[in-house]
Amino acid sequence: MLFSGGKDSCVMLHLARKAFFPARPPFPLLHVDTGWKFAELYRLRDELAAEAGMELIVHRNPEAEARGINPFDHGATLHTELWKTEGLKQALDAGRFDVAFGGARRDEEMSRAKERVFSVRSPGQGWDPKRQRPELWQLYNAQLAPGESLRVFPLSDWTERDVWAYVAGERLKVASLYFAAERPTSIHDGALLIVDDDRASLAVTTRRVRVRTVGCWPLTGAIESEAVTIDEVVAEMVRAGTSERAGRLIDKDQTASMERKKRQGYF
Amino acid sequence: MKPLLRFLTCGSVDDGKSTLIGRLLHDCGAVASDRLEGLADFSLLADGLEAEREQGITIDVAYLYFGTDGRRFILADTPGHEQYTRNMATGASTADLAVVLVDASKGVLTQTRRHSAIAHLLGIRQFVLAVNKMDLVGFERVRFEEIRDDFARFAGEIGFQAAATIPVCALDGDNVAEMSSRMSWYEGPTLLSALEEADSEAASSLPFRMAVQTVIRDGGRLYAGMVAAGSVRPGDRIVIAPAGTEAEVARIVTMDGDLAEAVAGQSVALGLASEIDCSRGDMLAGETAPQVADQFEASIVWMSEEPLLPGRQYLLKLGTQTVPATVQEPKYKLGIDTMEQLAAKTLALNEIGVANIWTARPIAFEPYEASRALGGFILIDRITAATVAAGMIHFALRRSENVHEQALDVTPALRAGLKRQRPKLLWFTGLSGAGKSTIANLVEAKLHARGRHTFLLDGDNVRLGLNKDLGFTAADRVENIRRAGEAAKLMMDAGLIVLTAFISPFRAERAMVRSLVPEGDFIEIFVDTPLAEAERRDTKGLYRKARAGQLANFTGVDSPYEEPEAADIRIDTTMMDPEAAANLIVSKLDV
Repeated sequence: MLFSGGKDSCVMLHLARKAFFPARPPFPLLHVDTGWKFAELYRLRDELAAEAGMELIVHRNPEAEARGINPFDHGATLHTELWKTEGLKQALDAGRFDVAFGGARRDEEMSRAKERVFSVRSPGQGWDPKRQRPELWQLYNAQLAPGESLRVFPLSDWTERDVWAYVAGERLKVASLYFAAERPTSIHDGALLIVDDDRASLAVTTRRVRVRTVGCWPLTGAIESEAVTIDEVVAEMVRAGTSERAGRLIDKDQTASMERKKRQGYF
Repeated sequence: MKPLLRFLTCGSVDDGKSTLIGRLLHDCGAVASDRLEGLADFSLLADGLEAEREQGITIDVAYLYFGTDGRRFILADTPGHEQYTRNMATGASTADLAVVLVDASKGVLTQTRRHSAIAHLLGIRQFVLAVNKMDLVGFERVRFEEIRDDFARFAGEIGFQAAATIPVCALDGDNVAEMSSRMSWYEGPTLLSALEEADSEAASSLPFRMAVQTVIRDGGRLYAGMVAAGSVRPGDRIVIAPAGTEAEVARIVTMDGDLAEAVAGQSVALGLASEIDCSRGDMLAGETAPQVADQFEASIVWMSEEPLLPGRQYLLKLGTQTVPATVQEPKYKLGIDTMEQLAAKTLALNEIGVANIWTARPIAFEPYEASRALGGFILIDRITAATVAAGMIHFALRRSENVHEQALDVTPALRAGLKRQRPKLLWFTGLSGAGKSTIANLVEAKLHARGRHTFLLDGDNVRLGLNKDLGFTAADRVENIRRAGEAAKLMMDAGLIVLTAFISPFRAERAMVRSLVPEGDFIEIFVDTPLAEAERRDTKGLYRKARAGQLANFTGVDSPYEEPEAADIRIDTTMMDPEAAANLIVSKLDV
C-alpha cells in the first residue's frame, strides 16, 4: 500500500487496519521518497507505520539521487518523472508486487474520473485507457495476464469532503500543515510555497497559510487561510470553488499532464 | 440527509445530455473554477481523456460527484454511440435511478426505448423522464403530454412507470434546479428536487447473506465480508453454502469493538461457535439457504471484441466465488433496435442474449431479481484476463439439482496404485502434419515396453467415433477438445498414462484441459514444425486441398494456431528425428 503520511494515506491505512482487524494487514507500506517532502510528513509517516505494526519500505530512486535531481535546478517535470514515476516503477518491480493500493480519487482530476477501481497496468507499469476492464456492481476482476499488475484505488468514489468527514468521524491524526498557522513562506515562480528547509535560499516572509494537499514542499501551493478546524477547512473548500489539485504544481506543466503521467506509470 | 443517490443519464449528445449534465453540476456549484477555464461549453466537462478530446470520441464511463444541502449524488455518464451498451450496462449496474432524456422536437425514439430497456434489464426500477429542448416546441404543454403518454405506453410494456416526467430546457436551466417561468402550466418537481426525493436502492428482502471475502486467523478463525442482505446477531443459526454445513454465530468483530448486530452494507468479521470448514467464496446465510447449482439460465451482455465461443471455458466471478464456467449456445439475442428475440449462435461485442451456463462446481447465488450483489456475475477470459461479459442469473436449471456426484469406493489413487504408476496426460499439440501422431506413437511404444499402462487418443481416430458429429469451426474445435479432455481425464481416473495427439490450436482449451487434471500431471508437448515445413511434407495432402479452397477452417491456412507460451516440452522437428524426439520426451518424464 502506497503510503506518504498525507490525509488520503491516513484514511487508507485506517481502512486497511479495520478490514483485517484483529490481524494486521497482510502487506507492507511503501513510500516513494523524493527527499523533498515536508519534515512533518516524514515524522508522521514513521509514527503511523510503527503504530500499525506494519513494515514500511522507503524507496529513493538511486539514479535521481546520484544526479542530484531537484525541483529548483531541474524543474517540476523532470523531478516528478525521475523521483516519483520512475521511483515507483523501480520499487514495484523490486518487490515484484502484483497489486499496489493507492489513495487516488476520481473527483481529483478529469482523467481520473474514468479510472477504474482495479486499474490494469501493462508490463512496464503503463496505463492504457483503452485496455481497462468494465467494472460492474462491486465485482472486481483481479486476474492478471503475464507481466501485468494492478493499481487498486479503494477511495475512487470518495470526494475531498468524504475524506475530511472520515478524518473527523474517526478522529484520525493528520498533519498540522492542513490547518492554518504562521509559517515561513516564499513566492517562487508565481506559487506560494511553505519553505520547509534552507536548501533553496529563498527570501522568506511569514504568512498565515495552510495546504489542501501535500507533495514535495517546493511543488505544493499553499493558501492564505484562517481555517484551524476541520469544519472551517471544509467550509473554506466549498467557498473556494477550485479543485483540490489546483495547488499541485506538477499537474500544470502540460495539458492532459495527469493522463500522460499515468500512461508512463504514475499513480 | 437522505442517503447517497447513484443515477445515470440515458440519451445521446443530440438530446442535449452533456448540456444537461453540465447544467446540473454548475447549478449545484460542483464545477470548480479552475476546471471551467478554457471550456467552450458545459458538454466538454465530461470528456476527460486526451485521447477522447483529440479524436472527438468518448470511450468510457465517467463518474461525476456533486451534491445539494439535502443529498449527495454520483452520476454515471455513459456517452458514445459505439460502445453504448457496454458502457450503459456498466453505469446502470450500480445506479438507483435512470434519467431518460428525450428531445421534445423528436419525441420518444428507438434509441430511447433501447436505453430504457437496458437500464431495466440491469435492475433499475426508478425512471425520471426529462423532456428537453422545450424551447424548440414553444414550451407547449400538449407536446409535452404527448411524449409523456407515449413513453408511459412503452414503459408499461416493459413493466415500469416513470416516477416523474419533467419538461426542461437544459441550455437555460428551466426546471433543472429552478422552476421555469416559461412553463407556468407545469407544477413541478424540478429535475433536481425529483433526484433529491428519489429512493435509494431498496434494501433486499432476503434474509441474512454474506459472501466470505477472507478468513482472518488471529487466535480463532474469523470470517470477514460485507453483509449483502438482512442482518445477523450473536446466537443466530447460519448455513454455510454451498456445503450446507450449519453453525452458530458467536461474535461480530470490528476494530471499534464487538457488535450486537450487523446489517446490510456493514463490513464485519464473524466468529462462529464451532470449528467448521469455511473459506473465501462461501456464502453465510440465515433462515433460508441461498440457491446452490452448477447450471443456470442468465442474461449476458457481451463486452469483448472477441465474440462468445460457446463451450469455451471462462472464469465466472459472482460475489467472492471464482469458478471455471462454460456458456452454452445462446437461446436468443435481443435485436439492437426493437429488442425482439433473434436466433443466435454466438454473442458479439455489445450484444445481449440469454443462455445456459454450466459451472465446474456448484455455486451459491440468488436470482438477480432478488439481489444484484448475489445474482450478477462477470466472465473473465482465462488467457488475456480481460472481463469479457457481465451476466444476470434468472434461475437454476432443474437437472442441475437432480444430478449428484456418486461417491465411489475404489478411487483413482487406488486404481493407479494397483498399476504401480502415476497417471499423466501427455498432450501433444502442433500444426497438422507436424509429427504429433508419429512421435506420440513412438513414446507410447517405449512406455509400453517399460511395463507402463498407457492409452493414445489420436485426434483423427476420435473424430471417426466420439466426435463424428463435429466439424472444424472455432466452436466445434472447442467442443472437440472439451470431449477429448474429459475422455482423457476418465482414463487417468482409471489409472492410465494417457497420450493425446490433437492440433488443439487454442490456448484457452489447452488451459482448460490442464485445469481438469491434478496439478503437474498435464504435460504440454509442443511439436514445433514451421508452417512451411509442415506444408512441404503434407503427408495427408490436406494443405494442398486447403490452399485450393476445398477445405475451410484449416489450421495455419485460414484458421489460427496459438503457440504455447510455456510448453513443458518443446520438440523442434527441424532439429531432431521422431526417434530422438521420443527418447527426449521419455527421458523427461518421471514415469
